[in-house]
Amino acid sequence: MATFDGYPRPDGPAGVRNYVAVVPTSVAASAVAEAIADRATENVRATPHQMGIDPPKAAREQIERTLAGVGRNPNVGATLVVSLGPETIDADVIADEIAGTGRAVETLSIREAGGTAATVDTGVALARELWDGIANARREERDASELVFGVECGGSDTTSGIASNPAVGAACDRLVRDGGTASFSETPEFIGAEHILADRCVDDETREQLLARVERRESAAQLMGVDLRGAQPTPGNQDGGLTTIEEKSLGAIAKGGTTPVRGIVDYAESLPIGGGLVLMDTPGYDIESVVGKVAGGAQIVAFTTGRGSTTGNPLAPVIKVTGNPKTADRLASNMDLDASTIIDGESIDAVGERVYETLLEVASGARTAAEQRRLEEFAINELQPNELAERRGNA
Amino acid sequence: MKGVILDDRGLHMAHADNVVTAIADLDAGMEIASEEATIELVEDVPFGHKIALTSIDPGDTIVKYGEPIGAAVESIEPGEWVHTHNCESARGRGDRSTDDGEVA
Repeated sequence: MATFDGYPRPDGPAGVRNYVAVVPTSVAASAVAEAIADRATENVRATPHQMGIDPPKAAREQIERTLAGVGRNPNVGATLVVSLGPETIDADVIADEIAGTGRAVETLSIREAGGTAATVDTGVALARELWDGIANARREERDASELVFGVECGGSDTTSGIASNPAVGAACDRLVRDGGTASFSETPEFIGAEHILADRCVDDETREQLLARVERRESAAQLMGVDLRGAQPTPGNQDGGLTTIEEKSLGAIAKGGTTPVRGIVDYAESLPIGGGLVLMDTPGYDIESVVGKVAGGAQIVAFTTGRGSTTGNPLAPVIKVTGNPKTADRLASNMDLDASTIIDGESIDAVGERVYETLLEVASGARTAAEQRRLEEFAINELQPNELAERRGNA
Repeated sequence: MKGVILDDRGLHMAHADNVVTAIADLDAGMEIASEEATIELVEDVPFGHKIALTSIDPGDTIVKYGEPIGAAVESIEPGEWVHTHNCESARGRGDRSTDDGEVA
């Protein structure tokens, strides 16, 4: 059986990293959270974001689910939640959710601590204490079935559908065969390929949910009286040879492999352990989409790119795979795997095996290009007014 | 790789496809031979972009991966570059919505 060396957790799958997360509840605490992480110790990571302090109810629930999910991710050994003060997004609610994992969590309020400088001082001390509590954790051999593998594509071009996505898809197939979970998202990029995904759904309920979510994303464009072409494919995608959203989608879904679709979950909702291929309903914005899957429990991510992307994540290692030979050369220092050999004749299966081996190595501690350079983008999907209106209508 | 490489220049992903993908920067006048016919490029086509294999009428479906990826908006001759100037998506077209909310 395939294995990796991970950090055992009391309540579920092992982590592939062992971090203290410093989680701000709103933009008002983001700078303080970053300052705490910078000044604490090596293994402390902040998740700064731009969400406001008083969002509408449905938006608040999505933000809270995301922040709690981040703290519950197996890569996080302990969490410090930082708030401005009493806010709509409640630090205690988030902390309680995280505490349910049996892992340590602390909260800190800028108003109660006496301002930003005092909060940073107190926060650094708290983060160091939390680190001391998890610093003795040691990696143990764990079964690959404990892995939740998030896959993402960004800066797509024609090679994404030809090389990098099918190669990562072949790695997803291997992980699913070995009992793990693979997840891809970005619902707007199912448009034009949803019939293929629908045919692969395990039951009618999953199929109906999938088609309803695609319809919702497509009708959003229709409600606004615009077409998707301004945004999908992006101007960069078009330069790279992608003409329509259908063409982009047909290439994009290849990154999930070929196994049955076992379910579709909401943004940042928990992904099942040992669940096979499960989709997540997210927007097409890469950073938000990666964060949604990390909040859903993905310990490790593969990110395919044609034109080149350098993005990472504070808490989950992001493996970069390109199928474009020019990008493999020009952005070599930001790439982990070159799948462009597929265009020269290497089989998708052979490159998929390389991706899977890299996945297990990175899960066991090998550092990705994005980790080496501390590229740690973080953003939360904010529900838009039309989405909020629709959710009120459904309530 | 899925598909068939033609003359080290074009990738034909599926048998039903009426386009091939350039796997190098190609110049006008170059030829690509498929099982059915040999086409000559009427213009330069960059790496990753598509070339028509057959004559395509306005409204005809453009097929890649064996699946529809859009429709031609003008006549396209074999060897022509196929992209946003002559091929449009059929999906997410709020600009085609009529006043009563139905989508044309």
